[in-house]
Parts: sequence; structure tokens; C-alpha cells
Amino acid sequence: MASGYFLTILTFTAMYISLALSLNILTGYAGQVSLGHAAFLGIGAYTSAVLTLRYEVPFWLAFLAAIVLTGLIGTILGLPSLRVRHDFLVLATMGINFVVVSVFKYVDFFGGAMGLVNIPAPSLFGITFRGGVPYLLLTTAYALFTLWICWYLSKTWSGLAFQTIRNDEEAAASLGVNPARYKIYAFGISAALAGGVGSLYAHFLGSVFPDNFVFVESIGMLSMVIFGGIGTLRGPIVGAILLRLIPELLRFIQDYRFTFYGALLVLMMLFQPMGLLGNDSWLWQHLTRWFRSSARSAKEDVR
Amino acid sequence: MLTIENLYVRYGQIEVLHGVSLDVGESEIVAVLGANGAGKSTLIKTIIGWARPAKGECRLNGEVINALPAWERVKRGLAIVPESGRLFRELSVEDNLRLGAYLREEQETKKQMEVVFNLFPILAERRKQIAKTLSGGEQQMLAIGRAMMSNPRLLLIDEVSMGLMPILVKRVFQVIQELPQHQVSVLLVEQNAFEALKIVHRAYVLENGHIVLEGKAQELADNPLVKAAYLGG
Repeated sequence: MASGYFLTILTFTAMYISLALSLNILTGYAGQVSLGHAAFLGIGAYTSAVLTLRYEVPFWLAFLAAIVLTGLIGTILGLPSLRVRHDFLVLATMGINFVVVSVFKYVDFFGGAMGLVNIPAPSLFGITFRGGVPYLLLTTAYALFTLWICWYLSKTWSGLAFQTIRNDEEAAASLGVNPARYKIYAFGISAALAGGVGSLYAHFLGSVFPDNFVFVESIGMLSMVIFGGIGTLRGPIVGAILLRLIPELLRFIQDYRFTFYGALLVLMMLFQPMGLLGNDSWLWQHLTRWFRSSARSAKEDVR
Repeated sequence: MLTIENLYVRYGQIEVLHGVSLDVGESEIVAVLGANGAGKSTLIKTIIGWARPAKGECRLNGEVINALPAWERVKRGLAIVPESGRLFRELSVEDNLRLGAYLREEQETKKQMEVVFNLFPILAERRKQIAKTLSGGEQQMLAIGRAMMSNPRLLLIDEVSMGLMPILVKRVFQVIQELPQHQVSVLLVEQNAFEALKIVHRAYVLENGHIVLEGKAQELADNPLVKAAYLGG
């Protein structure tokens, strides 16, 4: 069914918007580049799958547990990253991704390479969300929740503190900001939000496999953040939408999706390092100029 | 206030400071003069906590602060105006100042911002402006203002005159000279010995990681060696 197919694409897009926004907290706000975000999606997915399958925990409890547990694991995995910076941090987060996937793959409890199947569809208040419009609404609600968290963070002291450690960690420390505390904080929130997506992801597909959470998935998520405009609210949203939809619309690149992502990353780094809609990007500057001049002419019309 | 005793600092294999001792008293302005590469900046970085001493002691009001991270030192009354300012360039003047008062209460922040705006009225005019759009002199003032926001007891200032027009150097030094009235002591690291010696109480001369001379500002200004090496004859 064509509309079912379309709804599936939209549901995934909503989930990837949440993922890109959550990664943006760590990488865009706090400046800690991570190539391991798929690991947190996986931890959330497996947590929720194991709890509902093996322990018959209701979905909403498993969903909350996925958020909390992934947040905790993210905090713990963030600890070693305090000792490494920049390029070494990127390598460390890659390593985390590989380790987490291996655990899913080689520990029988997690179903091994065969994964976990027959994960029940979520039910909330007596309504069962079996794909389609209800599930799209569920994932969209979660994307809005993530957006709200990001917006709230950018307005608070923590948002300002994140910016200072991204720009100049030493200078931040000399003003009394404890960089370690904020990095751990960013790791925790970022992972927790991705864990929630993981739960939604597992119950949407009904099955999880280690291969769903491999390193290239992390590259995809980072591409969305960078392509859209790192450190902004609009950027990761637009990045996730475009990078999910373009390959769907142009079916012939579907098989070469990661080639496409990779090429796009190289081009962005060369010509628009701030992303499509970053603060200093060509498109954003033109858009804001256009908005301003049309606002001005609207005012003159009123006179 | 601040006592440095027999301080050794190394970067890898290279030793930059070889047993430096100095002290700064209450409401005193002290300068460390020296040429490029003498180790002045290293000294300041070690005091704020960006570099770790291999040997020796830094004491702030009697407490050994060697092992404390920078943000803990700030809690104890230290603040720094780093070389070239190191402002948060994408943030507004106001946000830069607010960050300077990161450890303070809202009420105190407001009061302290008035103090800073009194010192540098231009910053009040530019409060909504993004830091990177300020002129060099204004950025330097903002860096001092930001450090003042924490209401420090001891202000460390690293090469504040560098790259400033002479008239601005005078203005900035005038502000520094008034700091003891606000119960702030100052440790100033400078290449511009001529201007520095006009406003400080005492000074040390640092050469190749050793303190080679120390004394009252006037004594040093009259010292033939200082005259020859740092005051252009």
C-alpha cells in the first residue's frame, strides 16, 4: 500500500529528527564530536525489547527504562572521553559503537546475530500502536519533546556553559565552569534522548538486529547534523528530513545511500562547513535578509 | 595574598621556569616584566591552573593551590585576563560578562555589571553586540570586564597592552591602577615595561625562566640595566 509506505518513511524521518537533535546536544552545543550515536539508539532498542519480551514489562515502562538506562550508560561511557579531546574523542566514540554492537552480537542474552523478534507493538491507554498514523503521531510527539528539550537547553545557563566549553575549554574553566561536568551532562542527555528513539524504533519494527546499530548508522546521524547546520535547532531537523527523504525520492541512490552521505559530507566541508542552514551559511544569510526586507516592506505598506 | 615559591614548570622535556619565587600583597599591583619567551605567560598559566608545576608551590591566602583545577581557583578569588582576551566571540557583550559571573548569584551579577559598565561605559553601549564585532580595544576592555565580573581578589593580566593603540594602553592601565580601590590585587605580565612601571607598586624582571631583578617600581625604572634592556636606553 503506497500510503503505508509513505507513512513508514515519515515515521522513520520523525525518529531521525530526534536522533539528529539529540546528537546535536553533544556535538553541536557541547562541541564533542561523536561517531558512536547509533550505539545509544541500539542500547535503547535492546533495553525496551528485552524488557517487554523477556520480562513482560508494559511498553511505557520499558520506554522510560530505555531512556533512563541509555542515559546512565551514556554518562558512564562519557567518562573516559573526559581524558581525550577532538580527534581522539571521535576514535573513542567509534570504539564505543563497535563494542556495543559486539555485545549485542555475541551475548546470547541479546539474541546474538539473529537479533530479537516478535517485539510487541506498544499500547498506551488501551490503544495499540501498530504502525500507520498512530505510530507516526507517537514518533512525532517524541520529536517535538526532543525539540523542546533542545530549545530549553539553549535558553538556560547550561546552554551557555556548553557553548563556552565548545569554544574555549580553558577560558571556560577560568570563569569557574567545570568542563568535565558539562561534558558528562551532554553525554547523558544526548544518550538518554537517543535511547527513547531506540525504544520507539524497536517496537515499530518488531525486531532488532545488531546490524541496525553499526558504525555507518552513526555516520549517517552525524551527516544529518552537519548537513543541516551544526549547533542550531533548525539544522538537524532539516538535515534529517532531507537526508531521509532524498534517497527515498531518488530511488536510484537508495543502494548508494552512504556513498551519497559521504560525498555530501565532503562537499559541505569544502563549501559550507556551517551546513545548509548554519548561522554563517549562504542559504541562511540570504533567507534572513529576504525575511527582513519583506518584513520592512510589509511595514511600509501598512503606512 | 599570592605567594609563589621556587616554581619549576616544564613542557615535556623543556623546562621553562627554573625556580621562580614572587609574592603579591593585599591591594598591591605587581608586574612581571620580561622579553618574549622569558616565561611570563607560563607563569600566569601556572597560577590560573592551565599548566602544572613540576616542583614548587603556589599559595593563595595560605592555601596550596598547586593541584586545584582552574574553576576551583576562581572560587577562591582568582581571575584572569588572558593573552589576546580569549572572549566567547559568538556571544554578546552581555553574555560574556554574565559568564564572568558564572559562580555568583543573580543579584551580585547585576551589581557587578554596573561596576564594569562604570569602568568601561563603552561596554554598556555595546551590551547587545556580538563580541567579535568589537574593535580590538573594546575586546580588551571586555576581557578585563569579564574577569572583573567574578569580583576577584587577585586579577592576573597577561599582556593586556599588546596590539593596542597607545591611547588605549593608557586608558586600560588607568583602569588597572584604580583596581586596588575595589580591594583587587593585580599581577600583571607585560612587555611594555615603560607604561607598566608607571602604574605598578613593585615589579620583577624575568629572564630565561629566572627572576633576575625585583624591587619598587621607581627603583627598577631608575636601574641602568632595566633602562638599557627594557626602557630603550
